[in-house]
Amino acid sequence: MRLIASYVIGLIFGVGIAVSGMINPAKVLNFFDVAGSWDPSLVFVMGGALVVTWAGYRFVLKRPAPVLGSSFSLPTRRDIDLPLVGGSALFGIGWGIAGFCPGAALPALGTGHPGVWIFMVSLVAGIFAARAIRARTSEPNAVSQN
Amino acid sequence: METVFTPFQSLGGGMLIGFAAVLLMAFLGRIMGATGILAGLIQPDSGSEFAWRAALVAGMVTGPLAVLWVTGSMPAVQVPLSVAMLIIGGFLVGIGVTYGSGCTSGHGVCGLARLSPRSAVAVVTFMLTTGVTVFVVRHVLGG
Repeated sequence: MRLIASYVIGLIFGVGIAVSGMINPAKVLNFFDVAGSWDPSLVFVMGGALVVTWAGYRFVLKRPAPVLGSSFSLPTRRDIDLPLVGGSALFGIGWGIAGFCPGAALPALGTGHPGVWIFMVSLVAGIFAARAIRARTSEPNAVSQN
Repeated sequence: METVFTPFQSLGGGMLIGFAAVLLMAFLGRIMGATGILAGLIQPDSGSEFAWRAALVAGMVTGPLAVLWVTGSMPAVQVPLSVAMLIIGGFLVGIGVTYGSGCTSGHGVCGLARLSPRSAVAVVTFMLTTGVTVFVVRHVLGG
């Protein structure tokens, strides 16, 4: 049941990424290119996603537990540290160069475009590299979302 | 490369992304963050933690195919970039999201929707550096 639910949710997400235009690096990069071929579409993607998620979370998180699980897994950290800011800055530089973010690249794999696969392999290599660096420097706060 | 302004499609697609995030929280109690989902696939804590993420990603990958099936055309993916830029960009994204603990979906949608201060700082930071990078690549380096 969890697997069927996960598949359907992933499908909705993938259709959303595809329909919204997030799947298209040319469109994503044009959103940031205010000084050039600006395309403001992404404001509508982020706005639509945020409003629905904000309203839905308010309703869902009042429940004692998820439908198919024992508890909600929510990030609890609130501190602003260097890995958060530095990592986010690096992510932005990479996003600005390649035009794909992870959430758009995963559905984009389904189009079979070779550029997406090149990006994805490099993205996974970057994740491994960051983990190797972090293991060496033994930074205490390991993998924590948000 | 010019692209067409698509406010209605983008709003509808964005709402679907949000709907998926709400459903994932309602049914599995998880944040819809591509970084965490990908990280959990590469290095799962347990078999069941791997399985739901694999099913979710399988759904994501079939998203464009569903669009093809309904509309008769594959959603456009235009990559006006060199292979080197894809490789460098992908690698930086991989390092960045690992240290930053999230990306556009985890911080930008789910984190902001939860009014997380960490996510707010992350989003402002990466939106700024993405904008500066695009400006430098397109208007300073002239790529």
